[in-house]
Amino acid sequence: MKAELQPVLDALQSAFGAQPSEFREQARAVLAAEHIVAAARLLRDAHGFNMLAALSAVDYWPERQPRLHVVYQFKNLDKNLRLELRVPLDGDEPELPSVIEVFPNANWHERELWDMFGIRVTNHPDLRRILMPADWVGHPLRKDYPLGYEEVQFSFNFEEIDQRKPRPQD
Amino acid sequence: MTISQLEITHDELKHLVSERAHTGETLLLNMGPQHPSTHGVLRLLLELDGEIVVNCIPDIGFLHTGIEKNMEAKSYEKAEVMTDRLDYLNTMGNNLAYCLAVEKLVDLDVPARAQAIRVIFAELQRIASHLVWLATHALDLAAMSMFFYCFNQRERILDIMEMCAGQRMMTTYFRPGGLWRDVPAEFETAVRAFIDSFPKEIELYEGLLDKNPIFLDRTKGIGIFTGEEGIAWGVTGSTLRGSGVAYDLRKEEPYSGYEQYDFEVCTEQEGDVYARYRVRMREFHESLKIIRQALDKLPSGPFRSNNRKFVPPPRAELGESMEAVIHHFKLWTEGFPAPKNSIYMPVESPRGELGVYLEGDGGPKPYRCHWRTPSFVNLQILPKISQGCYVADLVAIIGSIDIVLGDTDR
Repeated sequence: MKAELQPVLDALQSAFGAQPSEFREQARAVLAAEHIVAAARLLRDAHGFNMLAALSAVDYWPERQPRLHVVYQFKNLDKNLRLELRVPLDGDEPELPSVIEVFPNANWHERELWDMFGIRVTNHPDLRRILMPADWVGHPLRKDYPLGYEEVQFSFNFEEIDQRKPRPQD
Repeated sequence: MTISQLEITHDELKHLVSERAHTGETLLLNMGPQHPSTHGVLRLLLELDGEIVVNCIPDIGFLHTGIEKNMEAKSYEKAEVMTDRLDYLNTMGNNLAYCLAVEKLVDLDVPARAQAIRVIFAELQRIASHLVWLATHALDLAAMSMFFYCFNQRERILDIMEMCAGQRMMTTYFRPGGLWRDVPAEFETAVRAFIDSFPKEIELYEGLLDKNPIFLDRTKGIGIFTGEEGIAWGVTGSTLRGSGVAYDLRKEEPYSGYEQYDFEVCTEQEGDVYARYRVRMREFHESLKIIRQALDKLPSGPFRSNNRKFVPPPRAELGESMEAVIHHFKLWTEGFPAPKNSIYMPVESPRGELGVYLEGDGGPKPYRCHWRTPSFVNLQILPKISQGCYVADLVAIIGSIDIVLGDTDR
């Protein structure tokens, strides 16, 4: 880990109780969901992390607390630093505040969180599915979502398969 | 279920268009998903005032293949095959990103020869990808002959890939710990023949475009964004370098021995479509420079790691060594385990920062593999920079961002 990252981790720890750790020289900090917007703003304004490089999640089902980890990768272009923030989320219908006001490119990433993991991002201006069709049922990257196969419809079994297809819940 | 129920209707996108669209004052028009200028299956919902774009709403996901989900069900070695299919113009680059991520996760060494060959192929792939970009971008802007010139040269690179990997596009040539096999004897001659003749081709392309008034009119001053805007929107790669930010992961966070090579990070200040074109044209020369240096000091030695816990033993050993048979059997049935932890590995793809987030769970399969793809992130700035431009300019802007829909939709 680069020495310049230590003050950043210390600041996150004192302000938000973040728990720092390191693996293969990559620094990361775990903090609670309610602090993520403030932490992103602190990183951008006080420590020069001007790019949200990546944003995704990991599902630890059948764990419940936490069930998911949301993973943010921040990049400081001037000092060439990277920092990972992880936000644990509990339960099957988790909520997460949006960081769009700090990093505008979080928009599509957060739509992907909703689409793929069912994480409801609050304060998001446009929370629709992004990769899956609008009428899709379920959130594919969750671990309890089966890696299924779609049966091929031929004319002789069209109706039969059509009846078994999942429908929108409403 | 009828088709009209399935489509995203005006109602669902109401919050994204202006008030004038509700009264019918502006026109809502679909561009794509089947449209030659959207470079794949990208759908744009355009709100038009005459010919001016008021709002542009990208709708992606038509090429979503669930690769991230599928990779979780395969061992680390088998999952690599799918990485080719993400960005089908940057197959070697995807292999490289994935192999580096696996190597970082399990802490595996790569011999110098393999690293140098990886760099040569990554740069050849960058040239091939830029050639396809140039071909289609110029085609969109009515310079049709470019398409034939560029694809002709790209074919030569694909021939080199076929010579080494047995495949033109879906190569899976790099493997965790090194390469699938060593390059054949005629490899060096073929690459040298290409890099010696290619500078003349670049001159030809520049001659066709740089003084072409139609091309210049349609690219200069179009689709401008500043460096700060680009960084805030997460834009990376040549698209960001066109706005004057010298950000290149090959320099900033060198991997696979890029720190040994002398090359320049090309930037242009204007931030318009033409600046992005200039950056990529100059990057051809830088890639050639890197390939030449790597070829000149191509080290001899093993082409893959000797760590038998991760890399299968050579076939010849199987007849003599019981241990080799055990390793072979273990690796090809179960695969190798990775620690219960995660890493993020960014590399510079032809389109920008290609990041692999890889998490292991102690077993032989990736627990989670997320691809931070440059096309997905770079495309987000499109609505912002296309507001107020003509529909014809939109075509130029899409081309200049250089998206690949396989990369966007994963």
